[in-house]
Amino acid sequence: MGDAVSRQEAGPRLIDWRASVSGGVLIALALVVAFLLDTPWDSVSTFRISRPRDVWAVGNLTVPSQWFNVAASVLLAFLGTRLFLKGGGRWTAVALGIGLVVLAMAFLVWATAGKAISLTGMLQATVVRAVPIALAALGGILCERVGVINIAIEGMLLAGAFAGAMFGSLMGGWAGIICAMITGGVFGLLLAALVITYRVDQIIAGVVINLFVLGLTSYVSSQVFAEYRWLNKASPFRSFKIPVLGDIPLIGPVLFNQNLFVYGALILVTLSTYYLFHTRHGLRARAVGEHPRAADTLGIDVIKTRYAHVIVAGMVAGFGGAWFTLGSVGRFDENMTFGRGFIGLAAMIFGRWHPLGALAAALIFGFADSLQQKLSILNTPIPSEFLSMAPYIATIVVVAGLVGQARPPAAIGKPYVKE
Amino acid sequence: MDIELRGISKRFGPVQANQDINLEIRAGEVLGLLGENGAGKSTLMNILSGLYSADTGEILIDGSPAIFTGPGDSIANGIGMVHQHFMLVPVFSVVENVILGVEPTSGVDYLDLEAARAQVQEINTRYGMEVPTDALIEDLPVGIQQRVEILKVLFRSADVLILDEPTAVLTPQEVEEFFTIVRALRDAGKGIVFITHKLHEILEIADRVSVLRQGQIVGQGDPASFSEADLAEMMVGRPVSFSVGRAESTSGDTVLELAGVSLFDAAQDARLVDINLSVHGGEVVGIAGVQGNGQTELVEAITGLSAVTTGEIGFAGQDITRASVRQRHRMGVAHIPEDRHKSGMVGNFTVAENMVLNSYYDESVTSGVQIDWRRVHARAAAACLSYDVRTPSVFLGAGSLSGGNQQKMVVARELERDVRLIVASQPTRGVDVGSIEYIHRQLIACRDRGNAVLIISSELDEILDLSDRIYVMFEGRIAATFDNRGGGADRNAIGLAMAGVSQGTNPGAGRSGNRGSAA
Repeated sequence: MGDAVSRQEAGPRLIDWRASVSGGVLIALALVVAFLLDTPWDSVSTFRISRPRDVWAVGNLTVPSQWFNVAASVLLAFLGTRLFLKGGGRWTAVALGIGLVVLAMAFLVWATAGKAISLTGMLQATVVRAVPIALAALGGILCERVGVINIAIEGMLLAGAFAGAMFGSLMGGWAGIICAMITGGVFGLLLAALVITYRVDQIIAGVVINLFVLGLTSYVSSQVFAEYRWLNKASPFRSFKIPVLGDIPLIGPVLFNQNLFVYGALILVTLSTYYLFHTRHGLRARAVGEHPRAADTLGIDVIKTRYAHVIVAGMVAGFGGAWFTLGSVGRFDENMTFGRGFIGLAAMIFGRWHPLGALAAALIFGFADSLQQKLSILNTPIPSEFLSMAPYIATIVVVAGLVGQARPPAAIGKPYVKE
Repeated sequence: MDIELRGISKRFGPVQANQDINLEIRAGEVLGLLGENGAGKSTLMNILSGLYSADTGEILIDGSPAIFTGPGDSIANGIGMVHQHFMLVPVFSVVENVILGVEPTSGVDYLDLEAARAQVQEINTRYGMEVPTDALIEDLPVGIQQRVEILKVLFRSADVLILDEPTAVLTPQEVEEFFTIVRALRDAGKGIVFITHKLHEILEIADRVSVLRQGQIVGQGDPASFSEADLAEMMVGRPVSFSVGRAESTSGDTVLELAGVSLFDAAQDARLVDINLSVHGGEVVGIAGVQGNGQTELVEAITGLSAVTTGEIGFAGQDITRASVRQRHRMGVAHIPEDRHKSGMVGNFTVAENMVLNSYYDESVTSGVQIDWRRVHARAAAACLSYDVRTPSVFLGAGSLSGGNQQKMVVARELERDVRLIVASQPTRGVDVGSIEYIHRQLIACRDRGNAVLIISSELDEILDLSDRIYVMFEGRIAATFDNRGGGADRNAIGLAMAGVSQGTNPGAGRSGNRGSAA
């Protein structure tokens, strides 16, 4: 009798389902690229990088459309077959990620065949649209790292947008931002009181807050704002260019010529990464989210830690909410957050509860968003309704765990009861 | 540092957990605190560690009274507690766990992991603990995790260490290493409280012993002046016989046979590897091993709760590899689950409802689509009487019974039917000594009726007491098999096999390969 049965010997019935499914998906995508994204052989896709008044001008990027897509299709088919036949292990997620990027590029090349779009403009829009998602994700991370599920992020965004518009109209932009953050913080406090002190189910408490904020803001905007228009007419923050850095081609306009909210989000992501992983209080916060009883026996106040983080998370979400009004049009509309808070939570999971990961995920969602916007301008045969589904489909794929299992903090969703 | 507890009392609702307890803890001494589960040991130590506050009584530290309002106060007073259930964050590294709450910092709240690592390493080497400081807790074996807990209290410069049931999760060899560390700590002048219900450990390590029963101190003194029987009698309150009078077994036909069974979990990790074992009618087979070495998966494979990846399971001559849980159940497989709260009973259901959980669909208690509650209640009442389940009524919520009675209820439900194979997983965990004796006798009686009994336990004594043959599991494999007819198995060899070091060295027994044949 054999001493050991190694994994290979034991495994005719062992199938790496994740790799097989991913491989199948990639092969299907290769077929889509090869047969559906067809263009004439002589057509060329043009991507503009510099804009008319840029200091340092750079030439356009031109790609032969059909050649590019044939190459993309071959690459996708190769990755897919490899995954399907050999299994991927830890490379499954990477292969799938590469595959999706290639698909996006092929799609873009196909849509612009024989035309030209501004690459810079698209990336700029990507960053702008990633901001509320990243801030929502950051709010989610701060809560979930201490063990509180925050479905109410959506409501906090909406409340922030509303408060930003109203107080921004009354007292100016800066006061608007501060009031938006305070409003977010108040809803954070409400959530904290419900789930920490009164131990209401965290999902239910979050849904209740979302519905409450939606009802309240919709009522006020339809009844009051319609009557007194000056209450809903804030002047939004303009983008400002950071000297020198802002003039670098491509990177400059994308990262260093934006408005306050973009810079704010980048700073907050950096700060919270440092806080969570390199400071004493960050370590304690994470311990509270992983094993609150252990933290308690070591003299860490679980209740206080949770309250503080949920309130700060509310303030971050409030700031993110102000983006919708003070960061773009200056006016509040009913339900104008359109589920960005929930997408933020998806970005949080995709980013594995790490602020930098969440930012990267938010950028992907932002890209899908701006892609949809550009493609509807380019007049592709695909109905724009389908394109606007893209971010949500991406969310489902991500949350379904096809892109690698993510492990949430262990104490999530459980109220802490001292013995 | 010396600590004195004076007149400590604590009550939880109707339960008097501690009553007028006086205890002295001295520097450079190991105090053994002996008592059954539920005797009030943990309550007492939680009072000393500041987690609970006493209703009456006081704590004197070096003669002056101290008041604890939270765990922080006892730590500040140099008292460190090592909990039975480890208080470690699994995804943190050893250093992060050790420093949590008293982190060295520099600059603006910056976590100085370099300084922390150096300090932890220093303590680590001083007491010879050999803990890898940068490993994640979840990657470490329990024996090492326990040392991390000790590092934690030492890092807080504790002078008194409370060790709550520290050996429950260790192999006999790990216990030896652990005792070496305890002695090193004692010789360094630390006061140590060693809580346990294992008598031989008290005799081996303690300098003084106090025995706790029903919340009161019922005896204390020098362990050398007591025999094991004396201590047991003090602990239980009546004379106890340790071994179940077990007659020679009469091995019959093969009832259960596993051939080349392997099981992989969702993450494709091997949980069971090439398991070959058999259980015959009229014999008790014990599975020894440290918790988490595949025992749970083995039970799930046999009872049908998990599908095996490869291999075959035979039951009384039939292939049941693909049979459902219900099918196996009806063929005569009884299962006493390892955790009665999680999968053995429903706490909010009454005793009668719990008793019918495995047969509610059976014609004997149904008429048409309805359950005939009269018959259910009558049957439950009869079973309670014949299996010594002490409950005022079968209409009482099962959650309000004592652990022993809950377990006897589960045993009654499983054994009452016509069964051929009993799979008993940790059948006496968290149960009082009286109920342990009773359950053991029931299992042996089952064997004597010609049934096959498979016992899975992390208590080696239980395995040695009951089993005719013993398999030792290590990392999902059968590491060794032993013949224990007439109690002949070598305790030390089993211990080594449990630690995974005995490959091929156990005397008088075959290796994992010889399927089926009694070793």
